[in-house]
Amino acid sequence: MTLEKLTAALAARLTDEGAAWLAKARVQVSRDPAAIHVVSPAAGRHCGRGRIEGLRGGWTVDDAVRALLIAELPLGGAALTEAIEELYWHGDAAEKRGVLRALSVLESRAEAGDGSREGFGDAFVPLVHDAVRTNDTRLIAAALGPYGARHLDAAAYRQAVLKCLFTGIPLADISGVEDRVDDELVRMMSEFAQERISAGRVVPDDVWRFVPSPEA
Amino acid sequence: MRIFDPHIHMTSRTTDDYEAMRRAGVQAIVEPAFWLGQPRTSVGSFVDYFAGLVGWEPFRAGQFGIRHHCALALNPKEANDPRCAGVLDLLPRYLAKDGVVAVGEVGYDSMTPEEDEAFARQLQMAIEQDLPVLVHTPHRDKKAGTLRTLDVVRESGIAPERVVVDHLNELTVRPVLESGCWMAFSIYPDTKMDEERMVRILREYGTERMLVNSAADWGRSDPLKTRATGEAMLAAGFGEDDVDLVLWRNPVAFFAQSGRLDLTGPDDGAVDATATFEGNSILRGARAG
Repeated sequence: MTLEKLTAALAARLTDEGAAWLAKARVQVSRDPAAIHVVSPAAGRHCGRGRIEGLRGGWTVDDAVRALLIAELPLGGAALTEAIEELYWHGDAAEKRGVLRALSVLESRAEAGDGSREGFGDAFVPLVHDAVRTNDTRLIAAALGPYGARHLDAAAYRQAVLKCLFTGIPLADISGVEDRVDDELVRMMSEFAQERISAGRVVPDDVWRFVPSPEA
Repeated sequence: MRIFDPHIHMTSRTTDDYEAMRRAGVQAIVEPAFWLGQPRTSVGSFVDYFAGLVGWEPFRAGQFGIRHHCALALNPKEANDPRCAGVLDLLPRYLAKDGVVAVGEVGYDSMTPEEDEAFARQLQMAIEQDLPVLVHTPHRDKKAGTLRTLDVVRESGIAPERVVVDHLNELTVRPVLESGCWMAFSIYPDTKMDEERMVRILREYGTERMLVNSAADWGRSDPLKTRATGEAMLAAGFGEDDVDLVLWRNPVAFFAQSGRLDLTGPDDGAVDATATFEGNSILRGARAG
C-alpha cells in the first residue's frame, strides 16, 4: 500500500471536520513525535470508523488516519522503530490494527527509495506474532497484510493461514497466500478439511482453492 | 426491555452470561476496572488488564451483540500496595482510549492516606480528560465512607452531575441525592441491595439520576439482576417508560457526558456481528485457539 493511494482513498471518505482534524493532527505529530500518543487514540472519534471500499484487506477510515499519522513521525532508524512499537504495545485494539496496517505503507515508502528512508527488515515481526497469537479476527487479518506475509517465516505463515481458516477470516483479506502456499500448507489444509468433514462441520470455501475437492 | 448495565465485570464472566444477558435485553454495558480477587503486585499486571478492557473484552462482547465500554482506574484496594502506585502515572495514556467512558472505580476501601491520594489524583485526571467518574463506596463503614467521598468530590471541583456514587443503600442515598451526584445501586443476590428494596427506594426518591447495575463479578452475583429490577418495577406499578428511564436513558445520559459513548452497533463496524451468529466460525474459532 502506497502513501499516495491511501491518502487518495481516505480523502474521499473524510468529512470536512474529519479532514481538518487530521490536517491539524499531522502538523502536531510532525512537530512533536510524542503528540501521536494523544491523537492516535482519538482518530476514530474524529474521523470515523467505516470501511474504505476498494482498498484490499479491509482498511477502515481510522486505520488509514492512523497510518498517515505514523508516516508523519519526524523520526528515523531505531527511534522510529521504538515509537511504533510503543504505539502498538500501549494501543487499544483499533490502534494496534492501525499500526499493523501502517507497516506496509512504511515499507513501500522506504522501497520507493528517495534515499531518505531505510527499510525496517524484520524489526516488526514480533508485533505480527503478537497479533496473530490473539483471537481477535480484526488483528489477525491486519497482521497478515503485505508486511506480515513477506516477513513471517514459512512455519509461522502456514500456521497463520490455518488460523484464518479456523477463525473465519476470508483468505482474500490477507496477503501472500497465492505466492506462499506450499506442499506443507496444502497438507495442513487438507487435514483440516478432513477433520471438519468427519465432524459434520462446514469447510470454508477457501480451502477448496488449494485442496482437491473430495467430490471432484 | 432495553437494558444498559452501567457496572459489570465481564472479564470474570462466561460466554453463557453474555448470551443470557443479550436474551434478557442487555444491549450495552460499562465494565469498570477493579480488582480480580487475587491482589496484583506489579504495574505490568494492570497494563495487561487495561489492554483487555480496551481490546479483547469489547471484541468478545461484540460477538454476542453487546456494546462494551469501560471505566479505568487504580482501584482503592490496590492503591494501598506501593508496588502498584505507578499505575497512576500510566493511566492518562489509557484514559484517552476510545472505549473509555469514565474514570473508575475510584473511592475508598479502608479509607487510608494512600486511598486519599489515589482518589484525589484520579478525580483531577477526570477533569483533565473531560471524563465522568464512577465512585465505589466502601462495604465496611459505608455511611461515613460515603460522606467522606462526597467531601472529596466537592473539594476536587468536578461538577457533581459528572459523578456517580455507587453501591448505595437506604442509609446513603439521601446525602448523594442532595449532593447533585448520580446515584447507583448494585443489585446482588443477597447482600448490597435487592430488587424489592430498590423499588422502594425508587418510590421514595424518584427515578431521576438513578442507575441500577448488577455489578456482577467473580463473587456471588447475577448479571440478570438489571432485568429482574425492571420486572420488579413493573410489578410494583411503575410504567414501561419509568423502566426505560432507569435501565437505559439514565446510564446513556450519564456516560454520554464522556463524548465517547457509541451505541451505533455491537462493534466498531469492522466486524459483521451477524456473521458471528450464523456462520459459527468466529465463535468456534475463538474457542479453538
